[in-house]
Amino acid sequence: MADPEYPEDLRYHAEHDWARIDPATPDEATFGITWYAQDSLGEVVFFTPPAVGTTVTAGESYTEVESVKAVSDVLAPLSGEIIATNVDLADNPQAINEDPYGAGWLVRVKLSDPSEADALMDAATYSATLS
Amino acid sequence: MTRYTSITDVDLREMLAEIGVDSVEEMFADVPAALRLNRSLALQDGLSEQQVNAELSALAARNISADDEITFLGAGMYDHYVPALVDSIISRSEFLTPYTPYQPEVSQGGLQAMFEYQTAISELTGLPISNASVYEGPSAVAAAGYLAKLHNGRRRFVISAGVHPHAIEALQTLARGWEMEVELAPLENGLTQLPDLDDGVSAVIVAQPNFLGAIEPLEEIAAAAHEVGALAICAADPIPLGLLVPPGEQGIDVVVGEGQTLGNHLNYGGPSFGFFAVSEPLMRRLPGRIAGQTRDLDGKLGYVLTLQTREQHIRREKATSNICTAQALNALAGVIYLSWLGRQGLVELAELLTKRTAYARERLTAIPGVSASHSQPVIREFPVTVQGDLDGVIDACHSAHINPGYRLAEDQLLVAITERRTRAEIDLLADTIEGALA
Amino acid sequence: MSTMVIPPDATARAVSNLQSADDTLTIFERSKPGRRAFTPPPLDVPDRPLDELIPQRLRRAVPAALPEVSEPEIVRHYNRLSKRNFDLDTGFYPLGSCTMKHNPKLHERLAALPGNARLHPLQRPAAAQGALELMWNLQQALADIAGLPHVSLQPSAGSHGELAGVLLTRAYHEDRGEVRTKVLTPETAHGTNPATVTMAGYEVVKLATDPDGNIDLDDLSAKATDEVACLMLTNPSTLGLFEPNIARIAQIVHEVGATLYYDGANLNAIMGISRPGDMGFDIVHFNLHKSFTQPHGGGGPGAGPIAVSDRIEPFLPRPQVVRRAAEASGEVGGQRATNESEWFFDLDEDRPKSIGRLRGFQGNYGVFVRSYAYIRSLGHDGLREASEVAVLNANYLLARLRAEGVLEQLPAAYPRLCMHEFVLSGAPMKANLGIKTLDLAKRLLDHGVHPPTVYFPLLVDEALLLEPTETETRETLDRFAQTLAGVLREAAEDPEIARGAPYTTPVRRLDEAGAARHLVLRQPIASP
Repeated sequence: MADPEYPEDLRYHAEHDWARIDPATPDEATFGITWYAQDSLGEVVFFTPPAVGTTVTAGESYTEVESVKAVSDVLAPLSGEIIATNVDLADNPQAINEDPYGAGWLVRVKLSDPSEADALMDAATYSATLS
Repeated sequence: MTRYTSITDVDLREMLAEIGVDSVEEMFADVPAALRLNRSLALQDGLSEQQVNAELSALAARNISADDEITFLGAGMYDHYVPALVDSIISRSEFLTPYTPYQPEVSQGGLQAMFEYQTAISELTGLPISNASVYEGPSAVAAAGYLAKLHNGRRRFVISAGVHPHAIEALQTLARGWEMEVELAPLENGLTQLPDLDDGVSAVIVAQPNFLGAIEPLEEIAAAAHEVGALAICAADPIPLGLLVPPGEQGIDVVVGEGQTLGNHLNYGGPSFGFFAVSEPLMRRLPGRIAGQTRDLDGKLGYVLTLQTREQHIRREKATSNICTAQALNALAGVIYLSWLGRQGLVELAELLTKRTAYARERLTAIPGVSASHSQPVIREFPVTVQGDLDGVIDACHSAHINPGYRLAEDQLLVAITERRTRAEIDLLADTIEGALA
Repeated sequence: MSTMVIPPDATARAVSNLQSADDTLTIFERSKPGRRAFTPPPLDVPDRPLDELIPQRLRRAVPAALPEVSEPEIVRHYNRLSKRNFDLDTGFYPLGSCTMKHNPKLHERLAALPGNARLHPLQRPAAAQGALELMWNLQQALADIAGLPHVSLQPSAGSHGELAGVLLTRAYHEDRGEVRTKVLTPETAHGTNPATVTMAGYEVVKLATDPDGNIDLDDLSAKATDEVACLMLTNPSTLGLFEPNIARIAQIVHEVGATLYYDGANLNAIMGISRPGDMGFDIVHFNLHKSFTQPHGGGGPGAGPIAVSDRIEPFLPRPQVVRRAAEASGEVGGQRATNESEWFFDLDEDRPKSIGRLRGFQGNYGVFVRSYAYIRSLGHDGLREASEVAVLNANYLLARLRAEGVLEQLPAAYPRLCMHEFVLSGAPMKANLGIKTLDLAKRLLDHGVHPPTVYFPLLVDEALLLEPTETETRETLDRFAQTLAGVLREAAEDPEIARGAPYTTPVRRLDEAGAARHLVLRQPIASP
């Protein structure tokens, strides 16, 4: 993805992680890293998600993303339990660069406290922190 | 000005002016006066090249090297023949003087050589992935222990008493910092007696052949380790691997070893190199540099350092190791040597060693008072037990310009055979020992 | 002044007899069954069937697939490979933090003397007096350079020395019944420092640097507690600046009973001028492959000896090289080596508080020979002069870059007199000219120099770390400044050129991401 994008329908954590909550399933969320994060990392070469069932805690690292020149901790924007992981990234880690909000999603989580989302930023607030 | 600098008085004046200072002293203004060394270093005056040459040559002449005696001394490093082409190639400026290949476009020579070296080590060990070298054998065993610790977080190593004593000590030194226990498994008739293992064991570590020259049953040992979920680590001697089943094919997860015998001189213990190979699942835990193949912008084949996210310069406190400078030039000597030996040559060399070693063991154990310390098959080294005045035997050997081997114990000698030890020399050793004991 | 304008789509590259289609064949691909370079000596002992000696079940069924090639093929292959390497003997190599100074040619001859190269490490000390005396003398010299009396030559590289230092610290505290869990390192530290801390079983705590690049004393005071075992520093720092508060830092660290560790990577700035021991450091490591001219070999060998204070001495690795009065020891020199000296040099294993061994045998002795030859060549004056000229050359290069206008796009991160190296930031260049530090480095390759260190230290944006060393001529520095200026002018006109560089090297920019995603770490060999 060549240019910065920060979709309106996502919630953002200051450490460059996003959460998507579909109104149809309000107690679940999908996580990923933002355009800024993938741009700083450079070309992603390796990603292995933690196992389904792992507990994640808002603001704490739950996995890593590796590029050629760097390793980045990925922070969970919200707390919960991992119910699905993006297994396609094993063979195609560059999806995280090419489509960080779509095919580059990392994990899907059952939220333990959906109200935590209120503490996250909207797209405008988050992109303001980047300048 | 010394012979290695070139700043003339004229240069100095002009350079100081350009910088905008009046003296060299001004550029050290940040160094507090209290910290200035207000005397000369306690070293002698510098010498000309000719003087240094004379002084250091005189020092070297006071050493009794393998050129000055017939040596049967082994115990980790061996008097093998190093072919002339090795030294000739590694003394080339282009291999000798560059830094680690951080700019791969101008380092393809070194990177491709690493790739070739990695391939050769993979072939020898039977494991798919090798790094581009570590320091040497014993510290490689300690590094393998660190890999196991990071891998499974358990608290205990079981290491065979047949592993080189220096390697056991190096592991013990590091394990103290990890608050891990190191349990020694004893030898019986030359082979490792594994204790009962449990899920507290992080790794089982053995040597092949072991310190007493015996060939260990790696398959059984690896199976025992895996049954409790521990890693199986083997410290291997590379030339015997020309003949023996590769540890990687026997279930061993990590093979490390001392590379001196591959094209490197004895050098009073260093520099040589250590090799380090792992099974596929452990790839991301491998310490040290790894060269990988890739393409450039024009689609041309090339090589780069890869998987650098394991390493200290990126991963920092989470790195697989702190290693930075390793032993690249010595590893290059290793791959040149292995190319020189070649597929057939390595087998022939190992077979020659085996036959000469068998002969040596027969001749020595035929001497009254000398017996084999174990009955295992050996390839290049074996221990003998001597009933009698072993001190006197050794003195007699020294007088005959023979080094009979490594003193294992009060009554035990470890005798090493290389392709340089002829039958006549083996006979001389036997005759001298026999004469001294009579 | 050289300018080289290569349009981005140029396919013309320097054509010479050094490039051919089969350049990238590996030695394995040149292999042909039946070729050989080695012939074993004839079997002179009675032949026995191998099965009798080594049961077949212990033997490999298929030989290792090593290459089958003749000697001329091996020589030509590695010769041609070597010509695809840039090296220090051939060109300027201002890699910051690496001290790429000239490797004297005498040293190779001395290391190759049979008395050195053919000496077995387990040779009895009486027959290795030359080697042991050399090591002893080297220890004494390094002790005086460091300002700390006790030296171990055992560690194999700087990182290994760092590991030794932290393990020594652990032993020291354990001996006093203290349990400490943390080690402090500045955020500008070389990656080996935090990696070492973890390997030694401690937790890394990072220290902030102030706007001048010095250790933030307030941060240090806050973090220096009795949980801290050690502070690891280099001085000058990785920014090329002398730490003016070093005495205060030492005081703070010692007040909480921690040790102060010196990473010797930047020693080239201060030899004979200031000594880490006098600054208050307890443990120092040297990189013999930096300040002491051991050739880098493309990634080693090196050596990382350490020097320590009296209170750390009992814990030094085993064995130690020691010196005893010759008569008292009762030892006689070896057969040919009559003991001319009043001293007997020995390896002392009897060290009850030692941390033990870090490796086999005595260390990288071949490296000691070269370093000792260097120290004897330079002597007290020459070593100090080396540091003075190292600092002179760095400041001069900085001044020339300023005069050439380079600093407008690549300002010095800390605009003051530097020591032996200095950091520039490529951030303005990136914003104004549209090329990054990486692109600049790649374009320099086309000009026949090795680029400086890039993207280190992490503290400086688009960092470029330059260390010319003392063995470069002023003319080389002038030319380099002009070359850099030329690349910037070219980028101002057409940034695409640098972005597509290099053009004249054996390969162009390589796909590192591809290498990491599709790992090919060895030659696949078809089974016979």
